[in-house]
Amino acid sequence: MDLIDQLVGVAPGSALDAIRARRAVARAQSVESYRVLFTPAAPGEVSIAERFAVGAYVAGLHGPSPTAEHYMAELQAQAPALADAVAQAIAATAGTGPYGSFPAGPLSAEDAPGAEAALSPALAEALGPRLTAALAHAHFLLFHPRDAAPERFAPLLAAGWSTTGIVTLSQIVSFLAYQIRVVAGLRVLAGNLAEGLA
Amino acid sequence: MMTDTILQPEGHTVPAVFTRAQLDWLPWLEPMPEAALTPEHVKALVDPARVKSAYFRLLVRDPAALEARTRTDKDIFYNTEAGLPRAERELAAAAASRLNGCIYCASVHARFATTYSKREADVDRLLAEGVGAELGERWNAIVAAAVALTETPMHFGAEHVQRLRAAGLDDLAISDLIHAASFFNWANRLMLSLGEPAA
Repeated sequence: MDLIDQLVGVAPGSALDAIRARRAVARAQSVESYRVLFTPAAPGEVSIAERFAVGAYVAGLHGPSPTAEHYMAELQAQAPALADAVAQAIAATAGTGPYGSFPAGPLSAEDAPGAEAALSPALAEALGPRLTAALAHAHFLLFHPRDAAPERFAPLLAAGWSTTGIVTLSQIVSFLAYQIRVVAGLRVLAGNLAEGLA
Repeated sequence: MMTDTILQPEGHTVPAVFTRAQLDWLPWLEPMPEAALTPEHVKALVDPARVKSAYFRLLVRDPAALEARTRTDKDIFYNTEAGLPRAERELAAAAASRLNGCIYCASVHARFATTYSKREADVDRLLAEGVGAELGERWNAIVAAAVALTETPMHFGAEHVQRLRAAGLDDLAISDLIHAASFFNWANRLMLSLGEPAA
């Protein structure tokens, strides 16, 4: 039972367990992705607490779920002082996506403007400059990645994120977008299998 | 430090429409120089040819994350032992990319979808009209499921599973579709945010 199995509720020997076993490499490498992004032996520039703060924020922005509960519980274990600030950030910046603007031209007719994350000065103070910049970037990546621009890295660099740290941060947010969807999708499939109970 | 600066690519045309044409991709942060790659980095690239790719040489700054990402990707798309046909995994990738707005990703996976399905006109309709394009019931059901999984919050539900099953997908194929669409919510965000496409 790996984390995705736990969050979906896949019982060993069940039909969904057998389905997951047919894609054993994807299953194992999803576990490995979680391990290297959230519990690396050598965290380097991005602390474990920062990783779970971003994890709890991004999972929370997807709405209530067992996955969101997992990341918030891990954050509470790693850095209880940050958990309340992250919960407030989720409440203050939740939305729906994807939105944003395309390169100017025929696709501009599909442009859908939307909000940037706005964290209050009190929240920014509680989170500190690195996490304040990281959560704002995570909000953009989750909800309106088509608004990408090189200038979006400026606040991260100013807050002390290196290029390598930004690559790790981008992988954390993007991996979460995958893992959260796999869990949500498989939970639906588990309840609607053709071959019987999950 | 020189590596911790923003790059501003110049002298190229940013494509303003979705296309099946081959595009280039230019980074906004400094990739690792080829000469600086250690054996650990080369292993993390998985495909040796990727030492020539600015995108992968940027991601290889976190080698463990890149390697696990790449091996996940390859099994979801290339392990075609039963389940969803490759063409339709690529369709799900193209649909997620179309909705998220990743012109580069959509170009690559629209080409693969076309290669494996031979349905050039339908793939072009998806690119031109978006995820509401009329593609026939089976493809419509696949695109609708990819959309429901790509939107935040997700609204993928029992009705999507039932529609997919009615269109002929078995449980393994539906699981493959869930993984293909979900994986592109990972891939699109990296490709969109770390650089830009060039025609």
